[in-house]
Amino acid sequence: MIKLSDHKKQLVNLERRLLLRSSLSIGALSMLSGCNLQNDDQVDKVLWALSRWNDRVQARLFSGSRLAPTYAASQVTKPFPFNAFYPEFDAPQVDLSSWRLEVSGLVADKTAWTAERLRTLPQARQITRHICIEGWSAVGDWRGLPLKTFLQRIGADTTARFVGFKCADRYHSSLDMASALHPQTLLALDSGNEALPTANGFPLRLSVPTKLGFKSAKHVAAIFVTNTNPGGYWEDQGYNWFSGI
Amino acid sequence: MIHPLAVRAAHWVNAFAMTCMLMSGWTIYNASPILPFQFPAWMTLGGWLGGAIAWHFAAMWLLVANGLLYLLYGIASGHFRREFFPIRASELLRDAGRALRLRLPHEVGRYNAVQRFAYVIVLLFGVLVVASGLAIWKPVQLAWLVGLFGGFDFARKVHFAAMAGIAGFIAIHLLLVLLVPRTLLPMVIGRARVPHRTAS
Repeated sequence: MIKLSDHKKQLVNLERRLLLRSSLSIGALSMLSGCNLQNDDQVDKVLWALSRWNDRVQARLFSGSRLAPTYAASQVTKPFPFNAFYPEFDAPQVDLSSWRLEVSGLVADKTAWTAERLRTLPQARQITRHICIEGWSAVGDWRGLPLKTFLQRIGADTTARFVGFKCADRYHSSLDMASALHPQTLLALDSGNEALPTANGFPLRLSVPTKLGFKSAKHVAAIFVTNTNPGGYWEDQGYNWFSGI
Repeated sequence: MIHPLAVRAAHWVNAFAMTCMLMSGWTIYNASPILPFQFPAWMTLGGWLGGAIAWHFAAMWLLVANGLLYLLYGIASGHFRREFFPIRASELLRDAGRALRLRLPHEVGRYNAVQRFAYVIVLLFGVLVVASGLAIWKPVQLAWLVGLFGGFDFARKVHFAAMAGIAGFIAIHLLLVLLVPRTLLPMVIGRARVPHRTAS
């Protein structure tokens, strides 16, 4: 015969243990705020997985022909704000006489390009809004060659998946091929009628008005075409890779 | 039954998703504030901008999916029509006056005019916060929506204002649960101890 009184102590202990366990899980909930993509815990894994899912959704939403709104010259933000992972005085001073744009990966012609030679290709000008992931935005006036023109000129395999960019300031980033071939994705040499200021990426920068600002890499020094996602400076730390707008 | 299972489930899923959205949203706001203040760190989620955006764009799926199911249920089952309407101006003024004098009794199983009005308004804020959120998430692909909100920068302000409306609602909502704690259990188990439709 089992008597309740014989087991009372154990039952109370069990009750206490269950209470402790449930209060621990409430504690675990409040610790969610520690999940920031920088630890390797379970919640971070879920967040990273959902970010990859968001890449796929955004690639579906992206239209290769829908254009970002353009603006009048009077609406351009002057000066165009400086923003980087370092303060402005650390921006790289590039010597144009020795500067070459290197090309590698799945391309037919891997010859490096001088700025002068880049200017011989058909140029385009666009005044578009640069929207930063931080929330601010600014209207920029960019002139240069469409990335599509350049990729075709170097005989890039445009069926490859990614175009990667390496920069003079150790920054790096990458685009999906569909966005790289978008008519407004520009390799800019000029801001307005003047060469790019150092703060805005002299001598060559990307302007990708269909993506968040950090995708518009500055001080571009090398371009490569690949089927392996090259990631990027911010992307590897947790900014969403696709970041289309 | 005071709160049907569908309403209770949607309520608690929404409570979790909305908490994630609000707290991560405040981290994102802090990266480039549009008003002369920042949210204190203890109110934020994600630790840094990248973490907060990952939270925001993960929880948004839960928030929107749950919200759509709730709207579908509310319309199809007649829940909205039955519980939130009609809202008459005379009753609203009368109940608002009583509420301000703290003389508005809580009736189990029946919403007073202030509650009906507040629930409809917060649902509209919910629609507005999602629509303005979509606009600032995809200002190029959904350019027509940004146009509707008067441009990217104004859409951000609309998103903030709708958030403030929802946060204000939640603050009052939580305060009222503290003042009338017996309303909490029915939102969990669906039933109340007090007999149905008896004024207290």
